[in-house]
Amino acid sequence: MSVPQKAAVKSEPDVACKPKPLYANFSANASRSEIYDFYQEELKRRETNKNKEERPIIDEEDDEGDEETQCTAKGEDWYWQDSSEEEEAPASAEPSGLRNFTYKKHDISQLAHAVKMMERAVVQNIHGDITDDFLYFEDPADEFRGEKGTLLPLWKFQYDKAKGLSVTALCWSTEYNDLFAVGLGSYGYTHEDRVGMLLFYTRKMHTYPEFIFNTDSGVMCIDIHKQLSHLVAVGLNNGCVAVYSLLEKSKQPIYKSTASAGKHKGPVMQVKWQEDHLDSNHNFISVSADGRVGSWTLREHELVFTDIIKLPATDKVPDDLKDVIATAGTSLDVHKQYDCFFLVASQSGTIYKGSKFISSTFLEEYDAHFLMSVKCVRWNPFYSNVFVSCGLDWMVKIWDERIKSPVFTFDLRADVTDVAWAPYSSTVFAAITTDRKVHVFDLSVNKYEALCQQIVVSRKKRPVKIEFNPVHPIIIVGDDRGHVISLKLSPNLRKKPKDKKGHELPSGPEVEIAKMEQLLSLVR
Amino acid sequence: MAETGDGKKEDADYKRLQSFPLIRHTDMAEEMRVETMELCVTACEKFASNNENAAKMIKESMDKKFGSSWHVVIGEGFGFEVTHEVKNLLYMFFGGSLAVCVWKCS
Repeated sequence: MSVPQKAAVKSEPDVACKPKPLYANFSANASRSEIYDFYQEELKRRETNKNKEERPIIDEEDDEGDEETQCTAKGEDWYWQDSSEEEEAPASAEPSGLRNFTYKKHDISQLAHAVKMMERAVVQNIHGDITDDFLYFEDPADEFRGEKGTLLPLWKFQYDKAKGLSVTALCWSTEYNDLFAVGLGSYGYTHEDRVGMLLFYTRKMHTYPEFIFNTDSGVMCIDIHKQLSHLVAVGLNNGCVAVYSLLEKSKQPIYKSTASAGKHKGPVMQVKWQEDHLDSNHNFISVSADGRVGSWTLREHELVFTDIIKLPATDKVPDDLKDVIATAGTSLDVHKQYDCFFLVASQSGTIYKGSKFISSTFLEEYDAHFLMSVKCVRWNPFYSNVFVSCGLDWMVKIWDERIKSPVFTFDLRADVTDVAWAPYSSTVFAAITTDRKVHVFDLSVNKYEALCQQIVVSRKKRPVKIEFNPVHPIIIVGDDRGHVISLKLSPNLRKKPKDKKGHELPSGPEVEIAKMEQLLSLVR
Repeated sequence: MAETGDGKKEDADYKRLQSFPLIRHTDMAEEMRVETMELCVTACEKFASNNENAAKMIKESMDKKFGSSWHVVIGEGFGFEVTHEVKNLLYMFFGGSLAVCVWKCS
């Protein structure tokens, strides 16, 4: 029996059930030159993309988001699209009041300089009368007023972005005597400290600041370097210090200290530039509310901090807490002749004279303002042994550094927030009080009362800082609303000393020193 | 002599600057594109001196991953016209002078 052979069934080859695929043709040429060109295009495209990201685009155009098209069933081409349609955002012109241009393809920043000049010219034309007053007005009524003088209000400097900030520091530039710096911050508690600003105004254009720097913490003090007027040291509310250079295009400080260990733990109340070290590194000293006086040196890429001295704790503090509770320093001034001596004023009412090189103790102590905070202390610009101090005990006191008690005392009936010597006379100084008045004294004319007591700010504001212009007879007063006003001193406040014959003596530092010497000898 | 020396340096320079892989044309889906591109780069770097071996590696991997049958051409100077399955073509540059064309057509 034969087993029927099963017929070999050839299984049919698998017929694919998927749809027949679509085909397309594609052709290209691959050569060195083509490859090179394509790479160049790609690099260029990446450059412009990077630039576009960095510079703020004023006109929001349709973005080039259609570069990456989704692959459609038709097999759309996917390649980097040529960016010939992009709008270029040119470098924004120096901010001026006329900022709302729409930026088109052409770079408008070349107009910036011309526009700035125009703006200045227009502002000076509109307010020409103020400039005339500043230059020529000498109050004729002074003749009939006896010794008294007045202050003539000139320009008002306001910046609308500075709302809610108080003026905390003023500083004139020595090289450009129409330029001054205003520091804006807050005198409140640390948690209220949000932002700060550093503005530079020139009296030639009072409507808008020349330079604007925003800081992340309130500015508490400023000092402009005497020789290199582009270097500005700034102390901030969070204990950091920064050095700005006005030559830099970017609005960032060239040096900034970080809040790391060993630095100031409280708001920096005063900074003062010092003579360069022997290795020609710039340096400045600072005092802060944590009671330490330190020196900062500008090295290559960093700010180096060295402790100079710490303010001693007050007697009220119990012994075991003496290291912890600091006496806040409120003001600092460097001796005009000997750079290494400085005066520090403390919140406990004492003024200390110290030396940069002695870190264990102070050289002298002056019980200045009976347990109330000393607001400001300044050396006399001519007679280098004399300094003035003002405090919240309503007093302004003149001291000779060799004598423990004040030489002159003035009671101004209200908290005195700032005092400044006049740069043209060794016996003239001005003080501002919280009752909105400026008091100007001239000790060679009247040893007991002010020659001028004038209200300078409106009712809701309080003056906070005062500075004399180094050259012109004007003062600037900053108030707690962020406004600065400038006032011109009337002739009676700028009297030159007369010699025996009644002629005016030539004004020079020796004359001023002699004047002061005479005054002091009278009192002793 | 100095000129050719300079020329060579320029060559080397821009090769360094431009050795990133650059896709010239493709219609692949995102995932496939990325994978294929990486594969090509790996192969070209591995067989920098031998285009044939690089192409061989690419073709075999593509066949395994995405099905038959794939074709690969690597070179510095060639023109081509190919018929390819839709959504299965990749044409890219690499290393400043190398062009790689990968397509599927059974």
